[in-house]
Amino acid sequence: MSLFDKFLPIQEVRNELLKSGVNPFHVTVEKIISPTEAIINGRKTILVGTNNYLGLTFHPDSILAGQQALAQEGTGTTGSRMANGSFASHKALENAIADFYGAPYAIVFSTGYQANLGVLSALAGPGDTILIDGDSHASIYDGCRLGGAEIIRFKHNDVADLEKRLRRLGDRSYRTLIVVEGIYSMLGDRAPLAEIVEVKRKYGATLIVDEAHSLGVLGQHGRGLAEETEVEQDVDCIVGTFSKSLGSTGGFGVSFHPEFELIRYTSRPYIFTASPCPSVVASTRATIRIIQAHPELRQHLWTNSRHLYEGLTKSGYILGAEVGPIIAAMVPNKESALAMWQQLLENGIYVNLMIPPATPNGECLLRCSVSAAHTHNQIEKIISAFADLPHGTQTHSNPAHLQPDATLN
Amino acid sequence: MSYSDILPQLFDTLKPFTKQGFRLKESTELVAELGLDSLQVMQVLLKIEDHFDISIPLNNLPNIRTVKDLGEEIEKLLKG
Repeated sequence: MSLFDKFLPIQEVRNELLKSGVNPFHVTVEKIISPTEAIINGRKTILVGTNNYLGLTFHPDSILAGQQALAQEGTGTTGSRMANGSFASHKALENAIADFYGAPYAIVFSTGYQANLGVLSALAGPGDTILIDGDSHASIYDGCRLGGAEIIRFKHNDVADLEKRLRRLGDRSYRTLIVVEGIYSMLGDRAPLAEIVEVKRKYGATLIVDEAHSLGVLGQHGRGLAEETEVEQDVDCIVGTFSKSLGSTGGFGVSFHPEFELIRYTSRPYIFTASPCPSVVASTRATIRIIQAHPELRQHLWTNSRHLYEGLTKSGYILGAEVGPIIAAMVPNKESALAMWQQLLENGIYVNLMIPPATPNGECLLRCSVSAAHTHNQIEKIISAFADLPHGTQTHSNPAHLQPDATLN
Repeated sequence: MSYSDILPQLFDTLKPFTKQGFRLKESTELVAELGLDSLQVMQVLLKIEDHFDISIPLNNLPNIRTVKDLGEEIEKLLKG
């Protein structure tokens, strides 16, 4: 048996997809036109699967800031902050994100994935326990594994199950990190954070909230679910990404614990990675200023989200969660999901095809992520394209909401 | 609770997940022989965790292949 034999099943799946004419997991954007439009397969396509929630990837201020940094600071840092030193702009970005959250300590990472790896692996190690929601993103699972803590999964958004597991830990609950997400990426549902905070306090545990999909989306100032739920003072640490609402790349962690600063000395994904490049840092700082100055962007996002949600509901689709910028239409099986996804693309609409094992409960999803930059007309076109899909295939035939196995989310 | 006390309870808990006529043994492989998919595995684990009032860490799952492995893991967790 060869080392490469393990790829045979993947090759078979890929070949099946290729036979169908297009590979949904290898789409090429031939030309990006705007935050909501691109040329794909030679066709102008509306993008509604890119997590570009506030539509800021082409904002002139962010572009100019990036261009200036590129000219003044160069194309890259050529190493880690511990070895090569930090650029002043890294520290300025950390100050900006700390100021945005009203938290005294902030650390920036080179990607959002690395933010979870870096923070989780540093906070919880051997002898500690991590309780994670079953629908957690892969970066959370990977960060937990990297740290070497004992990992226990609780039922998705089930506070009673979380509490049961905290009780079972006994005194170890004081050395336990609970990890939840503001908005879950597949179905778009939110963590019941007020109730989670209550049990966290009762058992003396530590709570981290990943606001990757809720930053810029929830809360009066766009800080996420913790702000929206008014529990920020009870959340020990927030992690997030710059690669969604903020339209660049990179990730961060913020905290009010002074010890948070010390993870710079223990976190391998922070220490052993090249630091974020200057143009990305500068664009991100500019975009943070934009979302602080323009709360109306969030209003546009929610207006568009309600518009699409109502349109898809009227067309008979069963959607994954309440109204929000992630709108996941549930479809019966992989075959119809692929066919529907292809037809949408042929009609100039790009959504995310999500199938097991990357999805919770074995669901097949056509996942939309709405943008503040979508026009009314674009949303109407998206609704119309969904409505045109073969009648009778939009109903959901997976009655059993079993326990999640979303390790690849 | 000792392994010999755990085993019959484990057989009872697993029985609803077996095909009619299947005889569970200590050497039964949970995934390969019972034909459980990943969602069913999660269901089985939740049921066992609630029955014995324990949480089985994800770190330990790769070492659990057979009913015996599972019984020994439960015994270890109950002992604390």
